[in-house]
Amino acid sequence: MLEYRVEIALWAISGIIPFFMLNIWTNNNLNESINISDIMLSRYFLCAFFVRQFSVVWVVFSFEEDSLMGKVSPYLIQPLNPFFRYFAQHLAEQITRFPFALIIAVFFFIFNPESIWIPNLGIFLLSIVSTFLSFLIQFLIQSIVACLCFWTEKASSIERLLFIPTLFLSGLLAPVVSFPAYVKSWIYLTPFPYLIDFPANLLSGNETNISGGLSMQILWIFLLFPFFKKIWSEGTKKYTAMGS
Amino acid sequence: MVQNIIDVGNLSKSFDISSKEPGLKGTIKHFFRRKTKRLKVIKDISFKIKEGEIVGFLGANGAGKTTILKMLCGLIYPSEGSILVSGYLPFRRKENFLKNITLIMGQKQQLIWDLPPIESFYLNASIYDLDKCEAKKRIKKLSEMLEIDEELFIPVRKLSLGQRMKSELLAALIHEPNILFLDEPTLGLDINAQRNLRKFLQKYNEETNATICLTSHYMKDITSLCKRVICVQEGAISYDGKLDLLLKKLSPVKEILIVCRSEEDAIKLENSGFSVKNKIKNEITIQIENDSITSSLKTILNNFDIEDLFINEPPIDEIIGKVLIKKDYEI
Repeated sequence: MLEYRVEIALWAISGIIPFFMLNIWTNNNLNESINISDIMLSRYFLCAFFVRQFSVVWVVFSFEEDSLMGKVSPYLIQPLNPFFRYFAQHLAEQITRFPFALIIAVFFFIFNPESIWIPNLGIFLLSIVSTFLSFLIQFLIQSIVACLCFWTEKASSIERLLFIPTLFLSGLLAPVVSFPAYVKSWIYLTPFPYLIDFPANLLSGNETNISGGLSMQILWIFLLFPFFKKIWSEGTKKYTAMGS
Repeated sequence: MVQNIIDVGNLSKSFDISSKEPGLKGTIKHFFRRKTKRLKVIKDISFKIKEGEIVGFLGANGAGKTTILKMLCGLIYPSEGSILVSGYLPFRRKENFLKNITLIMGQKQQLIWDLPPIESFYLNASIYDLDKCEAKKRIKKLSEMLEIDEELFIPVRKLSLGQRMKSELLAALIHEPNILFLDEPTLGLDINAQRNLRKFLQKYNEETNATICLTSHYMKDITSLCKRVICVQEGAISYDGKLDLLLKKLSPVKEILIVCRSEEDAIKLENSGFSVKNKIKNEITIQIENDSITSSLKTILNNFDIEDLFINEPPIDEIIGKVLIKKDYEI
């Protein structure tokens, strides 16, 4: 059991990129150029860490491995879309990593006591909804890419192409507000800022358009879901059940 | 009248296969200009299977047996032709169809590796909409039939292959399917485990009248379970009928070792018109056609002084092997 406990702890620790970014931003006084205080910035990156913990998705890698090893075959002849399995797996792992994420947050507050704040209940609940919607968007994007396994066998390579915009445009490395105005207007048309930037701003209490952000998240889910259904239905026709 | 539960007509399946020359040059060529060719692995096959039948699919490696099973259970799309299983088009994978079938592949597992099998059973029970009480009842019944008990609570990775295979079967049968597709279910199992598995399948078939389609390279699986076999050669059906008839066709004669009281009797027998395979002193081996075995033995016993005789059945593996090895073997 020890190795499982260590693995879970490592999952949680592996998501600490936002804390590194916080360090870079504050040490170089970069936040002054975008008019965000040190405290608000540290809250933003803590929230980005939490949002990331509960929205990170790796379905493309799981599906690719299962598909190449022939493990998808028994799932395909069950009356349940195999992606529900992966969905449940992600939810279970989010619950498992929650205590570890909480411990990391406690350590964060010990070293940054000035950042402690209590969000109001309404905002807190909306942030949970928004984080879940962010998870749904990422799950759908990766599921669509995962379905390319039916054609290419190496869908994870395509996912790596998506990793770059996700990293830079989602708000994981820098709040989207720090981008020039004309770039920002384009970024907000993509699904990326609604993955981390919007829910993290919402939870940290930064100024944000709540109804606009939630609407965009829902809109992206409505756009991606039929696309996933179509690619799944076409892909299963191409399935050759290799490796089994 | 027993109804056909599987109806296949002019079924074909083609795959696009790419080939690559060895070495760096081959890799670069393969990257820029990939050569692919369309390979027809199943060629216009037709057959019907009745409810409750156990049918064995025989064929060499790569003959297309598993591809046929995969099309029958809806895992892969057929390229041409028609398939109707239990009234459904398998590749549409309708919920009611999927609740009626199961596929067990000897080399592949669906149990969750790090958890005890019982967890996978309950997961499967919920996937198939079984309530907990019904699931418990079925797990109890099947575990008794399969003779597994404590193993249900041990993580899958710690189970032996035989115990794992039994658990796989239980997981695959928890929804009590009417049609079982078994692809080499006894692969890698020891003799006792193979026998127990065969006994279980026989019993399951008797109790539920389930239809079983089976592929196996172990002839014992085929001979003890299947009355009917379908031989597949290079994607086409070369024989579809009773196993007994196939064996008769492939091995029309029996060898009989006769021990005469004296060498003179053996010489007399050698010259009496029977087809002699070999003779050593007073022991002589003759070949007699299956149809005339009774009358020939009567003649020998009446006319010669015989000390002992043995009828040798040719090993079934050897007979079936003829079908599998010789690609152009005519049945």
